Amino acid sequence: MNQTENQNVAPPAERLIIEVNSMHKWFGDFHVLSDINLKVHLKERIVICGPSGSGKSTLIRCINRLEEHQRGQIIVNGTELTNDIKNIEKVRTEVGMVFQHFNLFPHLTILENLTLGPIWVRKTPKKEAEEAAMMYLEKVHIAEQALKYPGQLSGGQQQRVAIARSLCMKPKVMLFDEPTSALDPEMIKEVLDVMIELAEEGMTMLVVTHEMGFAKSVADRVMFMDYGEIVEQNTPQEFFDSPQHERTKLFLSQIL
Amino acid sequence: MTNPPAATREYLKPPITEVGVIGWLRGNLFNSWYNSLLTIVTLLVLWQIVPPFFNWAFINSVWNSPAEACRDIDGACWSVIPQNINFIVFGFFPDGHQWRPGIAMLLLLGLVVYSKDRKHWKKSLGVYWLVGLIVMGTLMYGGLFGMLVVETDQWSGLPLTFMLALFGMVAAYPLGVLLALGRRSRMPAIKTLCVVYIEMIRGVPLISLLFMSSVMFPLFLPEGVTFDKVLRAQVAIILFTAAYIAEVVRGGLQAMPRGQFEAADSLGLNYNQTMRLVILPQALKIVIPPTLGQMLSAFKDTSLVVIIALYDVLKTTKVALANPKWTGFSTEAYIALALFYFICCFAMSNYSRKLEKSLHTGH
Repeated sequence: MNQTENQNVAPPAERLIIEVNSMHKWFGDFHVLSDINLKVHLKERIVICGPSGSGKSTLIRCINRLEEHQRGQIIVNGTELTNDIKNIEKVRTEVGMVFQHFNLFPHLTILENLTLGPIWVRKTPKKEAEEAAMMYLEKVHIAEQALKYPGQLSGGQQQRVAIARSLCMKPKVMLFDEPTSALDPEMIKEVLDVMIELAEEGMTMLVVTHEMGFAKSVADRVMFMDYGEIVEQNTPQEFFDSPQHERTKLFLSQIL
Repeated sequence: MTNPPAATREYLKPPITEVGVIGWLRGNLFNSWYNSLLTIVTLLVLWQIVPPFFNWAFINSVWNSPAEACRDIDGACWSVIPQNINFIVFGFFPDGHQWRPGIAMLLLLGLVVYSKDRKHWKKSLGVYWLVGLIVMGTLMYGGLFGMLVVETDQWSGLPLTFMLALFGMVAAYPLGVLLALGRRSRMPAIKTLCVVYIEMIRGVPLISLLFMSSVMFPLFLPEGVTFDKVLRAQVAIILFTAAYIAEVVRGGLQAMPRGQFEAADSLGLNYNQTMRLVILPQALKIVIPPTLGQMLSAFKDTSLVVIIALYDVLKTTKVALANPKWTGFSTEAYIALALFYFICCFAMSNYSRKLEKSLHTGH
């Protein structure tokens, strides 16, 4: 009985996957992130928005330790991020990351890009890794490009490959750092469609984006950040229809 | 939006002065009064130089005659090369045993040609090289199978040049890569060590390093302990070249976008894997042209070992010319030698260009 009650308190989750406790980060003297508290449950889809320079990218980059936090605690899937490189590598294998500029490896074919992680980090046999990679390429609708090099693909295709590359590691969480910001408008939809499919399959996602349509239709929770703080978070409906905070209202009036 | 019928318009040929040979001449050689003047002057100079050189080198020349025959002619005496070829190529390697370095060099050439193909870059290649090196070493040094022992101070001429150059390049390259990585290390001790090493080596000429290796280094060794002189020169060349390669490679590492490191990190690759699988393949490819420059320098700089009394192919040629019979024919000998160096360097240059092309992946 007790368990069902708990579920009612924090729907739709069963299990905590990311926990950030009063985390602070500075770039030199600049206080980029201030007192961040965040709990992400399995299968939760969170969209983080906010003006540029508000620290939203830095926040998700801290979660897989591409940036180091200076105070507070970040716990991913039960592992706390410290200076211990073993912990960091462990967390990184659990967390997939999709970058604004794709960051595919240009000297490797699409297939090699996808199998690199599984073969060397997960120690999957090559054949098995390639089969899995083809399956994920199928999933992002790009299987026919497997033997090409990234330089031969369009931006939208490259970003879908990048998503597939992360999925090949079978991550528990996917982080998206403005995945559509570097794309031509006609290519944004193909990437968003893939992300929506992913969300529908129950992937836990943290998405930094300016695509408010995506936030409305997919997110369980929308977070607004400004000046390095989480100003407000709510369900998409509440967030867009009745924002509580002045800064949120201002931001929404500017982008909608 | 229909196009006008094509037939209504007559397509004229461009004026004869704009295309073909005349057009090309006008466009490139006589397009202004000063370029016209330059063209004429150049033609006159060429007229003065080329025919006499051609006569000297080909028409009036002798190719394989005794020295005496050269005294009576106007042209080049190329005979200086074939008549002294044994000494120029093999130097002081004992007569009657020169087939040994001969075969060793052929083996080396075979291995180099085999290694050029990227399809052969597998583990087996390393095995072939190891076996090849052992066979070559045995051939050169002897001592086995009743072969006469030939100490390294008798190794000279072309085998010595090839040995110093090839091992200089092959050993310096990985060392240079390690130094470059070390210089970018976050660990202060390693970083400092690499910086000091690179800057110190780059701060002195190769000649002084060779001197140190041959004159000063033995002074620090305990009595009775000696190192082979050729080996010492070889080590000096390797250490010298590595410092330069290191800076070239560092340039390549510097050019790598941060996103590549981050993408590798986010996949959970560790430092070694990131470098080996993601960063170095790209960085080393970027720096193929300057790397080749260092390789060419290393190859040509082997001729400096003459300073510590090693007889590379340049020195053996000089010695051959010291024979009173052949004095006065140094021009021919040096032209031939220059041609040899050029062919080797050009082959390397050509290969690097092909490698670059085959590694290009359209980005």
